[in-house]
Amino acid sequence: MSRQLTYVKAFNEGMHQIMAEDPDVFLIGEDVAGYGGVFHMFDGLLTEFGPRRVKDTPISEQAIIGLGVGAAARGLRPVCDLMFMDFIGVAMDQIFNQAAKMKYMFGGAVSMPLTITTAGGAGMSAAAQHSQSLEAWLAHVPGLKVAMPASPYDAKGLIVSAVRDDNPVIVVLNKKMLGMKGEVPEELYSVPLGVANVVTEGSDVTIVAIGRMVIEATKAAASLAEQGISVEVIDPRCVQPLDIGTITDSVRKTNRVLIVHEAVEFGGIGAEISSQIQEDAFDYLDAPVARLAAPFAPVPYAPILENAYVPDAARIEASVRRLLERR
Amino acid sequence: MATPTEDLRDIAPTREVVLDLHRRMVRIRRFEESAGKLVESGDMPGFLHLYVGQEAVAAGVMSALRDDDQITSTHRGHGHAIAKGAEFRPMFAELYGKTTGYCKGRGGSMHIVDMSRGMLGANAIVGGGIPIAVGAAFASYYRGEDTVAVPFFGDGATNIGAFHESANMAAVWDLPMVLVCENNGYAEFTPQSKHMKLENIADRAASYGMPGVIVDGMDALAVRAVALEAVERARNGGGPTLIEAKTYRYFDHQGIKGMRIQYRDPAEVEAWQSRDAIRLIETVGVVEGLATAEDFAQIWAETEAEITDAIEFARNSPDPDPADMLADVYTV
Repeated sequence: MSRQLTYVKAFNEGMHQIMAEDPDVFLIGEDVAGYGGVFHMFDGLLTEFGPRRVKDTPISEQAIIGLGVGAAARGLRPVCDLMFMDFIGVAMDQIFNQAAKMKYMFGGAVSMPLTITTAGGAGMSAAAQHSQSLEAWLAHVPGLKVAMPASPYDAKGLIVSAVRDDNPVIVVLNKKMLGMKGEVPEELYSVPLGVANVVTEGSDVTIVAIGRMVIEATKAAASLAEQGISVEVIDPRCVQPLDIGTITDSVRKTNRVLIVHEAVEFGGIGAEISSQIQEDAFDYLDAPVARLAAPFAPVPYAPILENAYVPDAARIEASVRRLLERR
Repeated sequence: MATPTEDLRDIAPTREVVLDLHRRMVRIRRFEESAGKLVESGDMPGFLHLYVGQEAVAAGVMSALRDDDQITSTHRGHGHAIAKGAEFRPMFAELYGKTTGYCKGRGGSMHIVDMSRGMLGANAIVGGGIPIAVGAAFASYYRGEDTVAVPFFGDGATNIGAFHESANMAAVWDLPMVLVCENNGYAEFTPQSKHMKLENIADRAASYGMPGVIVDGMDALAVRAVALEAVERARNGGGPTLIEAKTYRYFDHQGIKGMRIQYRDPAEVEAWQSRDAIRLIETVGVVEGLATAEDFAQIWAETEAEITDAIEFARNSPDPDPADMLADVYTV
């Protein structure tokens, strides 16, 4: 029986192992040391690695990321935690003007092995400022990489790759997946950045799902399979770099594609994926590329509103049915 | 509260120190005046935030630093780079957008970097370099090195959140930093009296629990004296200091041509220019018998020759190839 770990424990194990592997890796953020992070992402790190390598900071997101930028420029491998993805706005100058651009605008003179961890996603009645999925903002900025693990296995493997990478990488965990269990090897391993995961193979339709939507898409695929519809679910794992090749290969096979994310649909990463599919595989499409994502509104609080806001397996299944009806 | 520094002014300068400060300042001034004319004439692209007038700050602070100490700079950053030891050839080449420039033509005036000399980059976002200097100082702490990090920034930057967050974090962790505020009296075109209630920015240090020091930013020897004390304190684990150097820029916020609208009183400009930093150190050097007019003339002449050579080098350097546009965005 293979070992099962929760998503957050898998991430935590990755942090322990990568910090043990490389003495240049350190962690800073709000309540990451003494408390272990508000989601327990960092439990036990202070005890194992001590206060020099695991530090609680003032509530100062610009300085947290800026510290990471300066330390990374000097060759260390900082992990800077931003707790909730919504807080990224406070630190955005350091992320998109400094970390993202230094290597390029300095003519390659500086490497930026900076990792930013944060938790995104809705579904917990955390409301408009604690629930967002802002990956498209980040993916739009040349220089940043953005990983969105959708399984315990990837939560561990992607944080390891992020920390080892010589570029700024934002690892966006999903709050609603923290307790989800899955198979996780005990040894240190990595999942490469920018390589998609074909979660389930299928022949009738492709679903490209981002973050937690991979779980909902997989549920929908299982339900559709019982009805004789074969769905291929693809998890890009990273929205930057985006593994468009795996997606278009699938579309050439299935000829129909639905893109699902819980970020707002307008200007979301689905728009980019859709555009690239029609540029690369237009002749293979039997129906327009379809999207299912959040409506153009902030994330609402009331459960009845939030449930209607975030896509789920039932609505994914309905979208697939509509897509298959197109002739 | 701000600490008076009059006593430190009494430290007797040596010939070596006077000539070193003079050379750093003359190199800055001639670089800036030359670059300004080249942009004005249309020979060079981009726009320039010239450092002329403020030379004593960069020269005084940098003469108190070691080569392995780190600095971060601003949009008005040429002076910091030059005083830290950057060379004219790759600087002019960068301004010309050539492959031989410090950033291979990718950065230009506002992004000069020289990692080999601890120059972690000029920064075109006001206040943007201050948190990065916190990181550079943290790296010193983390590695157990005795190097010091120095962010330079203006009076305007002390109104931005990044300054407050960085000053607080540096103080609470006793990081080896010296925060140098070059108060030239204007945030772009807005005078200090209209952008803050305080007269002395050094007073802000009290709210972070660090010493704040005011110094005459037109007097390189005075700047050097306060910087030496602050750097020594930082290097020995005493934590950060905020230095406010009161200074003035002779040219406009951007460019050399002058003012579109009158936002500074000509009498004010004249008053500051009458206390010119380079003329001051030349006077002190001669009066104190530490150097001669010939010594200073030689520095001006050597700098001039270096400028001519570097501009020639930059003009004759190859342009970047657009085919390399995507290099260094990130490594795969």
